[in-house]
Amino acid sequence: MTESVKVWSLHLGVLALVFAAQYVLPPYHATNLARIMVLAVFAMGYNIAFGYTGLLSLGHALFFAAGFYGMGLPIGLLDWAPVPALILGLIAGGVLAGLVGVLALRTAGVSFMIVTLMFAQAGYLTLLYLNTWTGGDEGFVVDRAARVIAGNDLSLDGTRFVAAFGLFAAAMVGCLWLVRSPFGRVMVAMRENEERSRMLGYDPFRIKLIALVLSGIYAGAAGAAYGLLFGYVGASFATIQYSILPMLYVLLGGAGTVLGPFLGAVLMFYLVDITSGYTDAYLFVVGAALVGLVLFAPRGILGNLRERFAPWLP
Amino acid sequence: MLWVEGVTAGYGNGVVLRDLSFKAAKGQVTCIMGRNGAGKSTLMKAIMGLVPVQSGRILLSGTVLSDLPAHQVPGQGIAYVPQGRRLFGGLTVAENIEIGLLARKRGTRTRDFVLDLFPRLGNRLDQIASTLSGGEQQMLAIARALCIEPEVLLLDEPTEGLQPSMITAIRDTVLKLRETGLATVLVEQRVDAVLRMADRVAFMEQGQIKADVPVAQVQADSALFKQFVGV
Repeated sequence: MTESVKVWSLHLGVLALVFAAQYVLPPYHATNLARIMVLAVFAMGYNIAFGYTGLLSLGHALFFAAGFYGMGLPIGLLDWAPVPALILGLIAGGVLAGLVGVLALRTAGVSFMIVTLMFAQAGYLTLLYLNTWTGGDEGFVVDRAARVIAGNDLSLDGTRFVAAFGLFAAAMVGCLWLVRSPFGRVMVAMRENEERSRMLGYDPFRIKLIALVLSGIYAGAAGAAYGLLFGYVGASFATIQYSILPMLYVLLGGAGTVLGPFLGAVLMFYLVDITSGYTDAYLFVVGAALVGLVLFAPRGILGNLRERFAPWLP
Repeated sequence: MLWVEGVTAGYGNGVVLRDLSFKAAKGQVTCIMGRNGAGKSTLMKAIMGLVPVQSGRILLSGTVLSDLPAHQVPGQGIAYVPQGRRLFGGLTVAENIEIGLLARKRGTRTRDFVLDLFPRLGNRLDQIASTLSGGEQQMLAIARALCIEPEVLLLDEPTEGLQPSMITAIRDTVLKLRETGLATVLVEQRVDAVLRMADRVAFMEQGQIKADVPVAQVQADSALFKQFVGV
């Protein structure tokens, strides 16, 4: 079996299993899975920047929130249809990532983290300040009537699952294609050794900016879809928590692997969901799990599996 | 032809190269020798645009390299293998070569050329680069540099820390490349290696080329080695 066949078989197989899960899971878990798929798209975007290009950002909540408001405001204020609003949300994520990148990519390492964090905080405070339109801390509900695409009501569990799956599948196939393309190889070269890449003739600023914009488009798409599928847009999605969450998903599942963000999102979501049912101090459990991860699987679950058993895993 | 004309360059306010002039001709191997701190590696970096040139200029076939940002220099036909090799250590041999090929959109012909030059790499295409031996890593670093089909190849101490058989292999490769018309500039500390590979030897001291002579001259008179290298 060629490497390409193995790679596509695995990823399409995972997609088939996820799609089939809606028929066997109880409604509560099916809804959770829809939410996880959208969050996994956000994490896939983060993985493009961090896992493949080596850009450790603490500002992705800004791009995620850009998707929410890029979709929600045109619907709420201008009565846009959901599809163009969704596209605007996606574009908003990419444009903001480009603007932040033009400035932040002049720094590197810890400075890049801090600059991206500052941009995200500025974005969060702006959302609060413009509360007349954004709803501030409380946000606003996306009207159920506005969540219907071609007669399909996205507020219904089954439709929502299929819509989330469609986005998730497109994002995964897109990511797989990207990382196996020549540009994907160059992103990895940038992560491995930026100076060496420059000496081969690559422009690090340009490569990293493109990667960050792609990452922002994924985050924006996830934000727009989340708002539309679950009917709520709020400033809480712009807080630092939503910059850290995709990082944790990626680190847990395996940075620089296509399936890692989804696996990390599933495990982290249920770790919080289950432990919070027993104790208010569930973050201690999450913290302990992350310490264990760093000690025993520093490359994340799929990263370690790839290192030991499946070097072909993209 | 690579021309370095009256270049003064350094780091911040510190000047390392002082009004340095130097040339490397097509089909010739030019070795740069000098004591530690003479400025040999800085000269390589200045040519590649990695150290800012304060005055003077560097030209390759009429193009002023010193006016270009660093990432545009390789595209003019100049490749650099730095000291310490600096591979993409987490990637395989094949991926390292592929990234070299993609830099100037070269295809299978170039890939076949570099793998013919280093058959050992052909047997290790799926191996992670950081797990190769030192000599194989050096071969991969040179192979990847050659993927851009350069007119000029800069090698900074390519035999450093290698076992004798690998040094011989690297030396033979440099000689083969000379036959293709490549201009090679080589920083080297090993006198025996220099005598076997070089057409010319340039001796550096305190950021300047103090002597630039045919290798036959240093073979006949080792006083230059004693004066500038101390051996």
